[in-house]
This record gives sequence, structure tokens and C-alpha cells, in this order.
Amino acid sequence: MCLAFPATIIKLDGPNATVEFHNVKRDIRVDLIGDCQIGDHVLVHAGFAINKLDEEGARETMETWTELIEIMEKEDKKLKNDQSPE
Amino acid sequence: MEKDQLIKYSELLKNYSLKRPLNIMEVCGTHTVAFFHTGVKDIFPEGLNLIDGPGCPVCVTANGYLDRAIQIQKEHEVVLATFGDMIKVPASYTSLQKLKSEGVRIEIVYSPMDALEIAKKEKDIEIVFLSVGFETTIPTEAVTLKKAIEENVNNFSILTGNKLTPPAVDALLTLGEVKIDGFILPGHVSIITGSDNWQFLPKKHSKPSVISGFEPKDLIMGTLRLVQLIENGEIEIDNLYKEVVTEEGNRLALGFIEELFDVTDANWRGIGVIPGSGLKLKDKFSLYDAEKKFPVTMPEEVENKSCRCGEILRGLITPPECPLFGTVCTPREPVGACMVSFEGSCSAYYKYRK
Ligand code: SF4
Ligand code: SF4
Repeated sequence: MCLAFPATIIKLDGPNATVEFHNVKRDIRVDLIGDCQIGDHVLVHAGFAINKLDEEGARETMETWTELIEIMEKEDKKLKNDQSPE
Repeated sequence: MEKDQLIKYSELLKNYSLKRPLNIMEVCGTHTVAFFHTGVKDIFPEGLNLIDGPGCPVCVTANGYLDRAIQIQKEHEVVLATFGDMIKVPASYTSLQKLKSEGVRIEIVYSPMDALEIAKKEKDIEIVFLSVGFETTIPTEAVTLKKAIEENVNNFSILTGNKLTPPAVDALLTLGEVKIDGFILPGHVSIITGSDNWQFLPKKHSKPSVISGFEPKDLIMGTLRLVQLIENGEIEIDNLYKEVVTEEGNRLALGFIEELFDVTDANWRGIGVIPGSGLKLKDKFSLYDAEKKFPVTMPEEVENKSCRCGEILRGLITPPECPLFGTVCTPREPVGACMVSFEGSCSAYYKYRK
């Protein structure tokens, strides 16, 4: 029951906003996210934006992943080398 | 994310050779469904076992809560307003859906604000909103209530059944019935609570954990990272959902909760009363507290003895181990709450059974 979907703010009027997600428009409230502007990406749950999607954070997460992948690929190779008799 | 990258990640998970078998728990019901839905569960390497946690607010709501709602409706002729998820859940003697089919007016709302709007439009009826949900949902209910108080909407009240997830996970570990090596923490809950609220996992219980989103790539990377933390003995929380989850959480949302609610003990289906795992309205808002506003004589709470939801929520058995699963109990005719909720384990296993 706590599904949240990402959407973009296209209209703002005090605590009320309209968001769009895949061409579907919905009226929501923005009481829970403080400062926001038209064009902000938000996560929407039960008619409220519960957070802004932070570009910086998104980039950091991506970086963690890239590092992870590298580490794992190395380990993977090591493992394969260990296992292969030649 | 590029498709070939995703394939690459999937291969990594599929071919991962574990040093020893591991049990990991996903706390969140949306994760339960996502692991099935995306097929990520199918590519788990041998020895990696995913245990579903108590992560769906519908499933963990004990019968007594709905019994009270129904009794309030009966004795005081109020109109119950609820999220759709609660409607089919069997209470001790009936369900909201049955009442509705008997002609009782029950409003299904998408947002708690919708329930408040009804109260504002129809002054001659009493609206009681069923306030269930975890940290993700609680702030939306708090804001709604705050509006009701500010605007003096005195035909609106809420029946609190809200629950806090970290104390429940803490309780599960303290019970010690099931061995868990690490946790995949709920993404949406953590947006509100922040990652710091989960620090008791590494600090008190020495359990590594990751916070993850819900996309296939999130699930795969979250799982891989957790396995890595466990195998390397890195007892920490790794936040892989930084685009929305911070250390301190959504302060604004937490502020609304603190303003209106006090922490209290709560009864979880299958687990029992967990100290500090629930919320109640502060005394000064009693006029908006349906439990106080509409006193009732509670019927005796009965649980269906053959339903094994409780053991499932504690991670002790999987749904197919329940004899009623898929035969007597199906999403069309659910015997227990875990088969009702979209995010319930029984419903997820049923929907994606092979
Ligand atoms: S997203 Fe939140 S409410 Fe939904 S299942 Fe996960 S923890 Fe539960
Ligand atoms: S299958 Fe049905 S009866 Fe069995 S535990 Fe799940 S909800 Fe309860």
C-alpha cells in the first residue's frame, strides 16, 4: 500500500500542485517537501509528494554501482582463474 | 540504464558463488513483489535465500483494529473511509467488503485528503478515516489531520493503526526464531526515516544492510552489495538509494508526525505487541481520535486458526507451506490478510507461482 511513483511538477499553487507521469496528470499536495519548483521531479505517495529526486544523490548511487561492478568483475575473473586448471 | 548493462549485472548475480548459504530478509512488501515481478528472485545464485519480512501494513494489522472500525460503524453509524487495500481483509467476523455489499456506505480513497474533502462537503455525516500505514504513509495522514484541526472540521476523525518498522525488525531479531544474515531495507520507508534510523542493525545486532530502490537494477545491485558486505564481514549500512534517501530522512515529514502523534506500543499480527512500534494521537487532539470519540463494546477478537500468516510474517515458513495456500485461500477468496494485500507474501507467491 505504499507504492510511490516518480512524477514531474507542472503546476504549483501553494501547497497544491499538479504532476505529470507518463502523460497522466494528477493533483497532489507538496506540504511534505518544502521548497519546490515547476519542473522538479518528485516521488508521489497517497496524493502527496514525499520527496524530491535529488540529481546529486542519483549520480552518487550510480557511481557506487560502477565501482561495485568493477570490484565484482575482478573477483569474478579471479574466481574463474582459480577454478580453471590451466 | 542500458539494457546490456542490466544483462551484465544479472549474469553477475546468477553466477555468483557464495562462500556459504545465506539468508537475507527484505523488509518491505513492495520489494517482495518486485523481486518476483522483475524475475530477480529467479536468478538468485544457489544458497541465497530470500525471506519475506513483516513489510506490509495491511498484513500486519491485527484483527482487533478492523473489529473496532466495524463496531464504530455499527454503534455510531459513521462512514468509514479507507485505502482500498484494507477493504477485503477479513476481520474477526466480517470484512469491510462484506459490509459494503450489504449496503453500508464505505468510502475508498486514494489520499487521506480525499476523506477530509468528503467530511467538508457532507457536514451531516461523521467520517472516520482508517489511518494505517508505515512511515511512508504516516506523514500524509498527519498533514491531513492537521488541516482538519486547523479548519475545525469536527465531523472528521481517524482510527490510528499506524506502525513503525524499525522496532518491528528489532523485535524479530530479538525473538531470534529465524537466522538472518543481512537486510534489504525498505526504500520508501527510509525516505522518511532516513538511514540513521536503521543503525541499530549493524550496531546492536551486527547485521549488514543495504537500502535499495525497486527497479530491477536496484534489486540486483542491492542483493549483490549485501552479499558482499556479509561475506567481507563489513557490518554497516550501505545506502544505494541516495537519490531519495538521506541519513536524517525527511525532517519536514517527521516534524508533522511528532507534532500530532506520540509513540506507543502496537499489536502486530503474528508477532504480538511490540513496544514503541505504534503511534497514537496526542491527548490534546482527542476530538479527532475515533477510538475516544466513538467508544464501543469490543467483540472478542478471533483469529482464523488455520491461517498461518503470523508465521509467514515472522519469516518462519513460506506461503506454499500453508495447507490452505492456493486451494481454500486465493486472492479472490482470501482467508488471511497476507493473501489480500497486493504486497502480501501469500498474494505475491500466488500471483507468480509456477
Ligand atoms: S513500500 Fe512501505 S508500505 Fe509499501 S510495502 Fe514497502 S514498507 Fe510496506
Ligand atoms: S495462504 Fe491464506 S490461509 Fe495460508 S497463511 Fe496465507 S493468507 Fe493465511
